[in-house]
Amino acid sequence: MSSALRNCAIFAAAVLLPLAGGCRQDMADQPKNNPLTPSAFFSDGRGSRTPEENTVERGALAEDELAVPKDSTFFPLPITQALLERGRERYGIFCAPCHGAEGDGNGMIAVRGMKHPPSYQQERLRQAPVGYFFDVITHGFGAMYDYSAQVNAHDRWAIIAYIRALQLSRNAPAGMLSPETLRKLKAGPESAPAEHTPEGGAH
Amino acid sequence: MAQIFHRSTNFIARFSLFAAILAAGLAGLVIYATPRSPYKTNQNVVREQPIQFSHKHHVGDDGIDCRYCHTGVETSAFAGIPPTKTCMNCHSVLFKDAAYLEPVRESYRSGKPLQWSRVHRLPDFVYFNHSIHVNKGVGCSSCHGPVNQMALMWQSSTLLMSWCLDCHRNPGQVLREKKDVVNMDWKAPANQAEIGRALAAQYKIRTTAELTSCSTCHR
Repeated sequence: MSSALRNCAIFAAAVLLPLAGGCRQDMADQPKNNPLTPSAFFSDGRGSRTPEENTVERGALAEDELAVPKDSTFFPLPITQALLERGRERYGIFCAPCHGAEGDGNGMIAVRGMKHPPSYQQERLRQAPVGYFFDVITHGFGAMYDYSAQVNAHDRWAIIAYIRALQLSRNAPAGMLSPETLRKLKAGPESAPAEHTPEGGAH
Repeated sequence: MAQIFHRSTNFIARFSLFAAILAAGLAGLVIYATPRSPYKTNQNVVREQPIQFSHKHHVGDDGIDCRYCHTGVETSAFAGIPPTKTCMNCHSVLFKDAAYLEPVRESYRSGKPLQWSRVHRLPDFVYFNHSIHVNKGVGCSSCHGPVNQMALMWQSSTLLMSWCLDCHRNPGQVLREKKDVVNMDWKAPANQAEIGRALAAQYKIRTTAELTSCSTCHR
């Protein structure tokens, strides 16, 4: 090969090889299944396999002791501020769209035309044992599908604790309140911040 | 002896010198810009989907939390695409006869999943984990943009490695309090640099050297 031709070939390679590098996608497209990607290997075309019936997820056995019968009044976890905060957050994600932030059944999805769920302030639900709420979240009720896949047992109890807090928020006996809170309530709307008081003294 | 070349070839010779430099520069520009352009990154390109699912409606108008559907985002690498059952939580009642939701009902009846077109795809040699980002104060909108305004989904970031490194070199610029992680309206406050430093310490964010080490993302 003449040296001119060789130089030409080297020059062409130097220009073209970096371009060709962009075409190689072997490492970017590895022969493996990512979550939910299709796969021609299985007859149903799914890369992710459906677990066999009655498969127990690793770590899920620990949840067994949190499962209670429908009529149980036993709350299997210590009720702490952290549990209530967790319950408030999970309630906001999974329950509030229909049940409403205050649990009155006026969530945005209910307003959009979904069946209004009952208010937690109903006497029936105030009296319902905690096991009833656990059962409804786990198995669904009426138009409500079950949330067992989205909300694990621990979070179900956190939500139940928060529902109890919501119920209490509108139904607490005056004796439970601190003198400070009671004084504020008795003072009425006058004690509210100034910008809210144009007709504050109406009652 | 007559001249071999005409006088005008002097101009052609000089011109071709400049033209060669210009052409090389242009080629360099194309090589540099093409992989960074939406043509290659698919940034801001709306994807066709089997159903015109609107995040604007579900997130923006209805106020449904990201995690109602993307349940894995706090606990696993993959944020998760919801099963059809999640759609039916509401759409067994709402718009239950709407023709454009027929593919959803068909999927629920038959058990055959809806085949959504993937919008955010990283190369297989990148090990990205949603949970570590979400749990350390990186908000959804920092990477995914204003999802609550997207009638159809697009990728609002380049997903280039340089884009990842922009944050990994200086995570403080995007860190927010955990309660704001799913907040689509979050804007960095004026003193973000200060807040970012405090949050980075609070979340025990690793050093820049660790965050930019090759094996943090490529392993």
